[in-house]
Amino acid sequence: MSISWYLAVSAIVFSLGAVGVMTRRNPLVVLLCLELMLNGGNLALIAFSRMWGNGDGQILAIVVMTVAACEVCIGLGMIVAIYRRHLPIDVDELRELQG
Amino acid sequence: MSAVLFFLAAIGAITGAVGVVVLRNPFYSVLALVAHLISLAVLFLLLRAEFVAAVQVVVYAGAVMVLYVFVVAYVGGESDSIGERLRGVGAPGSTGSGLRLGGAIVGGALLVELLIALLGTGIEATSGYGAPYVSGPQTYGTPAYIGKLLLTRFLVTFELASFLLLIAAVGGVVLARRRGGIGEDEPEVFVPIDLPRPRDSGTIAEGVGSAPTAGARLTSGDRIDEESAVRTHAGSLS
Amino acid sequence: MTTTTYGWLVLAFPLLGTLVTAFGFRVLPGRTAGWIGTGAIFLAFLAALGALISLQGHASGDRQLVSSLWNYASTTGIDAQMSILVDPLSVFMILVVSGVSTLIHLYSISYMDKDRGFVRYFSYLNFFVFSMLLLVLAGNFLLLIVGWAFVGAASYLLISFWYRRTTATKAGIKAFVINVLGDAGLVLGTYFIFKHTGTLDFLKSFHAVESTTHPAFGHGTNNGDLVAGCLLLLVGAFAKSAQIPLHTWLPDAMEGPTPVSSLIHAATMVTAGVYLIARMHPLFERAPAAQDVGAIVGAATLLIAGTIGLAQTDIKRVIAYSTMSQIGYMIMGVSVGAYAAGLFHLMTHAFFKALLFMAAGSIIGAMGGEQSLNKMGGFRKAMPFTYACFIIGGLALSGIPPFSGFFSKDEILLVTGERGGWHWILYVAGYIGAFFTAVYTFRMIFRAFHGEPVAEARELEAGHLHHADVPRNPANGEDEDTDVGFPGPEHAIAERALPMRIAMGLLALGAVGAGLIQIPKVDFVVDDFLRPSFATAKGYEPHTKTGLLVIGLTLGTLIGLAGIGLAYRIWIVGGKELKASTAIRERTRPLYELFLNKWYFDELIDALVVKPMAVAGAFARDTFERMFVDDTLVGGTTGIVRAGSAAVRAAQSGFVRYYAALLVLGVTGVGFYFLLQT
Repeated sequence: MSISWYLAVSAIVFSLGAVGVMTRRNPLVVLLCLELMLNGGNLALIAFSRMWGNGDGQILAIVVMTVAACEVCIGLGMIVAIYRRHLPIDVDELRELQG
Repeated sequence: MSAVLFFLAAIGAITGAVGVVVLRNPFYSVLALVAHLISLAVLFLLLRAEFVAAVQVVVYAGAVMVLYVFVVAYVGGESDSIGERLRGVGAPGSTGSGLRLGGAIVGGALLVELLIALLGTGIEATSGYGAPYVSGPQTYGTPAYIGKLLLTRFLVTFELASFLLLIAAVGGVVLARRRGGIGEDEPEVFVPIDLPRPRDSGTIAEGVGSAPTAGARLTSGDRIDEESAVRTHAGSLS
Repeated sequence: MTTTTYGWLVLAFPLLGTLVTAFGFRVLPGRTAGWIGTGAIFLAFLAALGALISLQGHASGDRQLVSSLWNYASTTGIDAQMSILVDPLSVFMILVVSGVSTLIHLYSISYMDKDRGFVRYFSYLNFFVFSMLLLVLAGNFLLLIVGWAFVGAASYLLISFWYRRTTATKAGIKAFVINVLGDAGLVLGTYFIFKHTGTLDFLKSFHAVESTTHPAFGHGTNNGDLVAGCLLLLVGAFAKSAQIPLHTWLPDAMEGPTPVSSLIHAATMVTAGVYLIARMHPLFERAPAAQDVGAIVGAATLLIAGTIGLAQTDIKRVIAYSTMSQIGYMIMGVSVGAYAAGLFHLMTHAFFKALLFMAAGSIIGAMGGEQSLNKMGGFRKAMPFTYACFIIGGLALSGIPPFSGFFSKDEILLVTGERGGWHWILYVAGYIGAFFTAVYTFRMIFRAFHGEPVAEARELEAGHLHHADVPRNPANGEDEDTDVGFPGPEHAIAERALPMRIAMGLLALGAVGAGLIQIPKVDFVVDDFLRPSFATAKGYEPHTKTGLLVIGLTLGTLIGLAGIGLAYRIWIVGGKELKASTAIRERTRPLYELFLNKWYFDELIDALVVKPMAVAGAFARDTFERMFVDDTLVGGTTGIVRAGSAAVRAAQSGFVRYYAALLVLGVTGVGFYFLLQT
C-alpha cells in the first residue's frame, strides 16, 4: 500500500483521539485518548520516515513514546492523588480554575 | 499479501480507537487501547520499522498499559453517565452532552482537514511506496541502525529523553508519597468538595464575584477556618 | 568696572542677602540677619552710586547701555535674554529704591527686634528689594515680567508675614490676586506689542516703534493693537500701583508690619506702575488714547482716595490712602508727558511717605500695637522726635514750600495745565486733591499728637513704654497667637531706638531738602539727568509759561495752608472730644458713610466678580466635576473595562474539556489557513 494509506489511518486515529479528549469525563479515559493521539502521530512519523528512507522519523517516534510514558506516569500519579483525597474523578467537577 | 495484512491491522487500529472513545467502562477502554497498540505495531512492521514495532509492543503496550491497568483497577472511575448529576454542586449536565456533540463535530472537522492536507494536497511521494528497501545487518529499521543513529546524530535528544525519564520518575515518587502515614482504619474524613466553599476562602470564583454562595456553612476543618479568617479582607475586595 | 557691571552688582547683593539669610536661618546668631540684610542693600546702594557716577562719565547720547548675561532661549522670533538696561531712568530708580530700602532695613532692625520671625523677615525683605531692582533694571519685557511677578510674590509674603492672623492672610491673598490680574494685563500687553515689533528687547522695540521709515505700528497714532497693548500695560500698572478700580488691596495690605508698608506700599512697589509708563513712553506717545485713560484714572484716584482718607480712623490706612492719592498724581504726571516731574515726585514721595510710615510705626509702638486714631491723643510731649518727623512729613506731603513735596507736586500740575484743552479739569482736580491731602494729613497729626494725652501717653511721659497684656489684632480685636512672633511685649519707638532715629532722620533731611534740586526755573538736576532716557519724548522740555508758573506755585501754597488751617480749626480748636468733627459728620452723614466705606468698591467688586466666580466654581465642582467627569468619564471607562473583562472571563469556565476543544479547534483553524495557502 502506498504511504498515503498509512497517513489516512493516522489521521483517523488522531481525530478519534481528539474527539475522545473532548467528550469523555473520566480523566483516565481522557488520558487514554491522549495516548491515541500520540500514537496517531507516531504512525505518521514512521510513514514519513519510510518515505524518506532515513531513520529520523523512527528516532522521533521512540522519543515520543518516551514522552508518552513520562506523561502517563505523572498523569496517573495525579489521578491517584486526587482519588486518595476523595475528590470526584470527573473532569467536570474539578473546576478550581474557573473564573 | 501485505495489502491484506495492512487492511487487517488498519481495521484493528481503528476499531481499537473507537473502542477507547466509546466504551463506558474505563477498563474496557484500556483493553481496547492495547488492541489498538498491537495493531499499530503490525502497521509499523509493514513499514519496515522493526525496532520501533518491537519497542511499541514491549514498552507501550507492555509497560505503559500495564500501569494503566493497575491504576484503573485501583481508581476504578465511575461509569460515565452523562445525564446524571453526581453531587449537589457541579457542572450542569447539559454541557456534557452538548460538548459530546460539539466535540464530535470538531473532531470531524479536524479529520476532514487532515485528510485533505495529507492526501489531497499533492504530496507527491506519498503516492509511492517509499524508499527502496535493502535488507542487511544495519539497514533501515534494524536495531543496529537505530542505535547508531541514537548515538551519533541524535545524541542530545537521547540524553534529554533520559533526563526526562528521570524527572518523571522523581515526580511519580513525589506524587505517590503518603504524608504522615495513614492507618488502616482511616477516620471519617470530610470531603471538602461536598460542602459549599465557605465565604472568603479565596477561590478565584469568589474573587470575581461569580461563586455560588448557597448557605455558606463554616467548616470544622481548622485549616479552612484559618484561611477564611486571614482572608476576610482580601475576599471582600471584589 | 563698567557701568553695567555696577548694574549686575546692584542685583547681586540683595540676592546674596536673601540667600544667606534664608539658608543661614538656623545658624545666624542673634540679630546678625538684620545687619546682613541691611548691609546687602547698602552695598547695592553703593553699587547704584557707582553706576550713577560711571554713567555720567559717558557722553550724553550714549547713556543707554544694555548688558546681557546669556540667552534664555533662541526660538524662532523670540529673543529671550537675561539683559539689563542701565540708563538714567533705571539708575534713578535704583538709587531711590536702594537708598530708601537701606534706611528701612535699618529701621526694621529695631522695629522687628523682638519678633520671632526676624530672620524670615529680612530674607523676604531682601528678596523684595532684589525683585524691585530687577524690575527697574530689566532690559527686556521678559525680565520685566519676571521682576513684576517676583515683586507681587514678595509683597504677598510680607503682607501675610504674621500669618496666624486671618486678616493678614486674607489681605495677602487679596493683594496677590489683584496683582496677578495686573500681571495678566502686562503679559497680554507685551504680546500685543511684540506682535508688531517682533522683539522683546526694550531699546530695539522702541526703535521699531519710533523708526521713521518702517514704524512698527504704522505712521499714524492710536493704532488699534498699540492702544490695546498700552491699555493692557496700564491694567498692569494700575494693579501694581493701586489705582481705581484695582486699588482695593492696598488698604488691606496695611496688615503687614509697618516697615513693610513703608517700603513696599509707599516708596517702591507701588511706584512700579509709574516706572512702567515712564519706561514705555515711546509706545504711549504713539497711543494718546491710552495716555488719556491713564491721566483720567490717575486724577480720579487722586480725588477718591483723598476723600476716603478724610474718614478713616486707622492711622496706617490714612497714610495708605494718601499713598494711593499721591501715586495718582504720579500716574497722571507721566501720562500727560511730565516724565521728569512725575519721577521727581516719585523720589520725594518716597522720602516723606517712608518717613510718615516710620513715624506711624513709632507711635503704634508707643500704643502697644493699637492703630486706631480714636484711641490716640496728646503724644506731643511724650514723643517729640516722632512728632517732628510727622510734622516734616506732613508738610512735605501737603506741598508747603520749601519742603520737597511742594516742588514736585506743583511741577506735575504745571505741566498738566500747560497741556491745555480738557486737561484743565485734571489741573483743578489736582488742586482739590491737594486740599484734601493737607486736611487729612494734619487731621491725623492733630488727633494723634494734640489734645489730652491718653493713658499710654501719660505712661510714656512717666518713662514706661506701654505694652498690651494680651496682644490683640488691631483690625478685628481678636486675641493674637504669638507663635509666629509678633513684635513681642516690648514694641519699639523712635525715641528709644537709635537705628530708627537714624533712618527717620535721614529721610527727614531728604523730605526737607530734596526739593532743592529741581526748583522751577532755577535748577533742573532731575530734568537734565533723565533727559537721555526721554530723548524722543514729546514735550519733555519744560516750557513753563511764567504766568502759569507763578499762579500754580502760589495756589499750591495757599491751598496747602488752607487745608492745614481747616484741620487746625476742626481738630485743635474744636477738638475737645472731637466736638467739631462730630458735628460736621452728622451734617454730612451720607457723604461720611460713603467715604468711610471706601466708596463701596469692595462691595462692588465682591458682587460683580467674586460672587459670580464662587457660583461658577461651585457649579463646576458639583455639577460638572461630579456628574460629568467622575460619573461619566471615569466611571464610564472603568465600567467598560469591567464589562469587557467580564465578557472575557466567561471563557474561563474551568472545564478542561472546553479548553481541549478550543485547542483542537485552534489547530484545525491553523491547519485550514495553511491549507489555503498552498
